[in-house]
Amino acid sequence: MNSNEKQPLVQVKDVCKYFHVGKHADLKAVDHVSFDIYKGETVGLVGESGCGKSTMGRCMIRLYEPTSGEVIYDGKDITKLSKAEQKEFCQKVQMIFQNPYASLNSRMTVKEIVGEGLKEHGMPSKEADEKVQQLLETVGLNKDHMSRFPHEFSGGQRQRIGIARALSVNPDFIICDEPISALDVSVQAQVINMLKELQEERGLTYLFIAHDLSVVKYISDRVIVMYLGTVVETAETEELYSNTLHPYTKALLSAIPEADPDKAKANKRIQIKGEIPSPINPKNCCRFAERCQYATDRCFNEMPKLREMAPGHMVACHLCDEQ
Amino acid sequence: MADREKFLELKNVVYSFHTYGGQVKAVRDVSFEVRKGEILGIVGESGCGKSVTAQCIMRLNPEPPGFFEGGEILFEGKDVLKMTNKELRKMRREDIGFVFQDPMTSLNPTMRVGAQIEEVFLGRTDVSKKEVKEKALEIMRLVGISDVEKRYKQYPHELSGGMKQRVMIAIALVSRPSLVICDEPTTSLDVTIEAQILDLLLELREKLGMSIIMITHDLGVIARMCDRVIVMYGGKIVEKGTAQEIFYDTAHPYTKGLMGSIAKLDTAKGEKLTPIEGTPPDLFFPPKGCPFAARCEYAMDVCKDNPPCSYQLSGEHVTNCWLQHEFAPDTDLKKENAAELKEGEVK
Repeated sequence: MNSNEKQPLVQVKDVCKYFHVGKHADLKAVDHVSFDIYKGETVGLVGESGCGKSTMGRCMIRLYEPTSGEVIYDGKDITKLSKAEQKEFCQKVQMIFQNPYASLNSRMTVKEIVGEGLKEHGMPSKEADEKVQQLLETVGLNKDHMSRFPHEFSGGQRQRIGIARALSVNPDFIICDEPISALDVSVQAQVINMLKELQEERGLTYLFIAHDLSVVKYISDRVIVMYLGTVVETAETEELYSNTLHPYTKALLSAIPEADPDKAKANKRIQIKGEIPSPINPKNCCRFAERCQYATDRCFNEMPKLREMAPGHMVACHLCDEQ
Repeated sequence: MADREKFLELKNVVYSFHTYGGQVKAVRDVSFEVRKGEILGIVGESGCGKSVTAQCIMRLNPEPPGFFEGGEILFEGKDVLKMTNKELRKMRREDIGFVFQDPMTSLNPTMRVGAQIEEVFLGRTDVSKKEVKEKALEIMRLVGISDVEKRYKQYPHELSGGMKQRVMIAIALVSRPSLVICDEPTTSLDVTIEAQILDLLLELREKLGMSIIMITHDLGVIARMCDRVIVMYGGKIVEKGTAQEIFYDTAHPYTKGLMGSIAKLDTAKGEKLTPIEGTPPDLFFPPKGCPFAARCEYAMDVCKDNPPCSYQLSGEHVTNCWLQHEFAPDTDLKKENAAELKEGEVK
């Protein structure tokens, strides 16, 4: 994929999202993050819980208003849209949420849940009903399910309803916020395959937020690794997994429990000490320094910048600079 | 390994719950044993009965609504089902430790960490307060909690998720039990913390020599930790064997389906995952035959109405599947040396 020729669909430029949590305390959930997403690709966004990946996703759809920075969708800054443009934006960008048990209104029937967006965008209800029926068939449910309530479905089926709702307004770009982490193993694969098929049929662009690196590897063209509000490494999938540069990405990769006893027992894991530190008023140095086994004095004093080490492969690490 | 002493044995355990909707048959005819010093994995999807099975061993399920319909559980030769309350309490206190799934909710938020670890010794007259504290601090050091004197006085909300899970392990281990049951110990943790906790469990097994029952839905955890594996589905055991046999010589279609539906690091980009279609069975009305028949790509007519026999494939490897029958068609799962196990036969 040659990124020079293509126009990015979404550009995230230096976005920050801080939450005030006290008089002199800011929780820096997302701190100066920039990346591009091109049309038709799947970008994986990975990191541990609390690294700001979901906040980033929410900033991109204006569920959160970024503290500073710009999110540009199709040439327009989404924070400065007029009301009419905002409505159009809502139709083009949709989100699939993590927890299918909490993200569907339990007092609405499936028909109302999936059709809500259609009616909002001015489709007459008869037409909308037909469309809902079509959508349910696309995601592997049928029209008998239309008058049922969410509690009558299993987790996998609910996630399908969530996907049908996201698809209802014919979006171009879907943010999937951990769409499979609440599902059973055998059902996860069903949902992943469906997302892939839909992408092929409709030319969708995905931002796939997850903490599971093996799933991300399977589904993504490009991967962005976040740690404590900052991007530490980004590259095309093959490049990232075969030529890992950042110590944090290396540790993450080696921590994955592999479903292969011989490999799992032979694998010498890179242990990282301790746990993810608090994002409240972080020090202005490499965020990973405390847990990094290679950390030098420089890492504790200076914030590393994202630098391109190979075409399309960006890393924020002082060690890589020195080599 | 086969001649290692078995000290816990479940024989044909059937466990159900009374509910408003009727009887849920959560565990249906489960038999297995645990040997000294081994790590036994129980793997399956949510609702397959793996947690209920584990809690049966310590009789932790609330009774009623839960009740045993049959079977026996022998712990060091004694039947758990016939134990008096006093014996049960002694077993729970001294012989078996339990690490619960969610450390965020299973610790008491109103008690200091130290007090929760010491709770096991409550009412004991043969140890002094000082000794008890010494024991608590020692076990905290052993599970890798730093700064123990400070942690001892803290409340659970002051600790991070990984630290809380270490406290849970400390509580389970403080009386040095011979068996620790870990019910999804790492499900709510991040991968890096998960790796730390799994390594800690392996290390503790080396040091203390206890057996571990590891309940999980994650085949990766099983591969890293376990010596032997039990695969459960719809309240029944569908396959059991050593980890090697389960992963490299899979004999049951469900196990094969599970393996096919996870994305591994070496799964190629274009390669499709092969999910298991459909959803797990309704345990209010469990299917008459094989529980997996409705979702099985190999299903034959016999599978729907007749529960499959057990077939022994090697010393450890047993599967419950009609595909191993001598008249079954040749498939990639059929093993040549399958021998039918008769009812009640001890392998």
